[in-house]
Amino acid sequence: MIGDIPLYYYLILSFAIFTLGMLGMLVRRNVIIMLMAMELMLNGANLALVAYARFRADEAGQVMAFFVMALAAAEAAVGLALVIAVYRHFKTLNIDRFDTLRG
Amino acid sequence: MESKLFAAIPWIIFLPAMGALLAGIFGKRLGDRFAALVATAAVSASFGLTLYAVWLLHGEADPATVYVLDLYTFIETRFLDIQVAFQFDRLSAVMALVVTGISALIHLYSIGYMKGDRSTARYFSHLNMFVFFMLLLVLGKNLLIMFVGWEGVGLSSYLLIGFWYEEMAKARAGKKAFIVNRIGDFGFLIAMMMIVVYNQGSLDFASLQEWASSGASPIMNQTNMTVICLLLFLGAAGKSAQIPLYVWLPDAMAGPTPVSALIHAATMVTAGVYMVARLSFLYVHAPLAMAAVAGIGVLTALFAATIAIAQRDVKKVLAYSTISQLGFMFLAVGSGAFATGIFHLTTHAFFKACLFLGAGSVIHALKGEQDIFKMGGLAGKMRVTHATFLVSTLAIAGIPPLSGFFSKDEVLASAFLGETAFPVLYKFYWAIGLLAAFLTAIYMMRLFWLTFRGTTRLSEETHRGAHESPWTMTIALVILAVGAAVAGFLGIPGENHLLQGWLAPVVGASQPPLVHASPVLHWTLLFASVCAGVAGLTTAWLFYRRGPEGPAARVARQFGWFHRTLTNKFYVDEALGYLLVRPLRRVARFCYEVVDKVLLDLFVVNASARAVRLFGLIPRALHNGNVQNYLLAIVIGLACLWIVL
Repeated sequence: MIGDIPLYYYLILSFAIFTLGMLGMLVRRNVIIMLMAMELMLNGANLALVAYARFRADEAGQVMAFFVMALAAAEAAVGLALVIAVYRHFKTLNIDRFDTLRG
Repeated sequence: MESKLFAAIPWIIFLPAMGALLAGIFGKRLGDRFAALVATAAVSASFGLTLYAVWLLHGEADPATVYVLDLYTFIETRFLDIQVAFQFDRLSAVMALVVTGISALIHLYSIGYMKGDRSTARYFSHLNMFVFFMLLLVLGKNLLIMFVGWEGVGLSSYLLIGFWYEEMAKARAGKKAFIVNRIGDFGFLIAMMMIVVYNQGSLDFASLQEWASSGASPIMNQTNMTVICLLLFLGAAGKSAQIPLYVWLPDAMAGPTPVSALIHAATMVTAGVYMVARLSFLYVHAPLAMAAVAGIGVLTALFAATIAIAQRDVKKVLAYSTISQLGFMFLAVGSGAFATGIFHLTTHAFFKACLFLGAGSVIHALKGEQDIFKMGGLAGKMRVTHATFLVSTLAIAGIPPLSGFFSKDEVLASAFLGETAFPVLYKFYWAIGLLAAFLTAIYMMRLFWLTFRGTTRLSEETHRGAHESPWTMTIALVILAVGAAVAGFLGIPGENHLLQGWLAPVVGASQPPLVHASPVLHWTLLFASVCAGVAGLTTAWLFYRRGPEGPAARVARQFGWFHRTLTNKFYVDEALGYLLVRPLRRVARFCYEVVDKVLLDLFVVNASARAVRLFGLIPRALHNGNVQNYLLAIVIGLACLWIVL
């Protein structure tokens, strides 16, 4: 079953998801898409954590994954609230327009 | 001299301070009535305590007993040892009685006078603060505590002169008083520093007295003593408005009239006289300084009296009169008659406070009219004010048996008879003083007659509206007038001189033996000063009995230029403006235009700002506000870190 699939398969998948998320963060201009991309990054990291936990028989990795999920939930709540506030102010979700604080 | 611990002294001093805080902090919330009541109660309680302390002091077997209280150490270094400490001896007692007594009456008067003013609470708070600082000045045990009080009364005076600060002229008068006093305080400070050096770091009056009486030490010679005394007198001249620092006092009349009565006539301006009397043990060792004090005093007395004759503003006349009377006090202390100076100070406090409050009552009734040429015929309308004003006028003119007669006669006699180093010079002082006394009677009679008697020159409407003031105001007038009438009996010439005897333990060593003068000479002097008073009164009555347009106006026209000089106060303000203020302004302008704008702004402040801005340009390009750029930087950074590790 799970043990039959080698560890590095999981790691490659995890790396792929994380990279997709990172690229999404870097290239997309819509704040909501960026938030979604961040979720991808978090989940990629999560996958690596649980995979290592499984293969090394160490529950600490799984506990860590739970923390990440809890934090991700909180982050999504706060992040979306911020997005709404920002949208009300700028009437746009394009992150390039949010440059009022530029030096 | 015996020192006793007495715990009530701080209460005398700090009750008004508490009143000031209460009225100042809660006055706005709890209303003007509350502030007025608290302030008046605080000062009255302080007066009660002072009376109690005086009674105790009177009961002491040793007349030189001093009540002392050391609160805590203020400054303690190897060179300097200063305590926050108070003392209550017979001299302080007289001053504290005058200060708290007159203050209590003037607080009472102010309740009526200030009714309806927008900032009554602030007024009473400042007034209480003044009493607090004045008591600190009077009851301090060393020169520094005295100096703190000295500066404090200056501050209160500034705040109260500029009380109606919305008017530019009044705010300016406050500033003028403050700045002119700085010049005097400079002298006071230097003198204190010299004393610290010569007296091993102590400013205590007791140690100073020991030091002065121990005779000349190598560094403490006659010259140094004279310099110290003259510098201290510079301070006294500032606070007590003597030549050349008197210019602030006439302008100080911009404040509310009770303030003029309390601070700028009865109490604060006498601080200089008190200081000289307090330090009498120093002055007796510096006869040259004494001659200077008496000389400046008598010249001020004459000078201010001549100006007072030509003024039309009722408060200005009284202001110059105050300067003149302060000059008499300095003549007395400068002649070595310290108790006489304090005596004249006490009687003057009564009659001058009464005159000012009477003037305030008139101004109040006439809705702000201050020009005596436009008054007249108020005697019937304001009976109490008229009667009390008359009593005080006769008192200041020196008509027996009112208080001014006793004190002024004693001042002149002590100038004539005092055992001084320069007897001939002092005879000359006496002659000038007699002339000033004659002029005093003239300007006071002129003021009285033009204000109250004759036919009225007021508009019909104002004259009909004129009315006697409420009881809180008249009761103060009556009490002060009684004081002005009978205070002289404190100082009946001869062996029964109460005040002389009371003060002898403090200033006694330096008392000229007036009683030893031959009776004939004494009576002659007395006769001369009474004649001067009566002649002055009669002259003024003859000139002004038909109002300002009588013989007086003819004489004024005849001596046009002289009259103009007098009306313009000898152009002293203009001269000072030309000689001092304008050059100072130029220096200030130079500092602003060249030093500040060019040197500082251009080369220091702006240059450094430009340099910072220049360096900021580089990192600024990186901070372009694009979140994704930052993110990319983070990713690249992490990658670099990863590769390196």
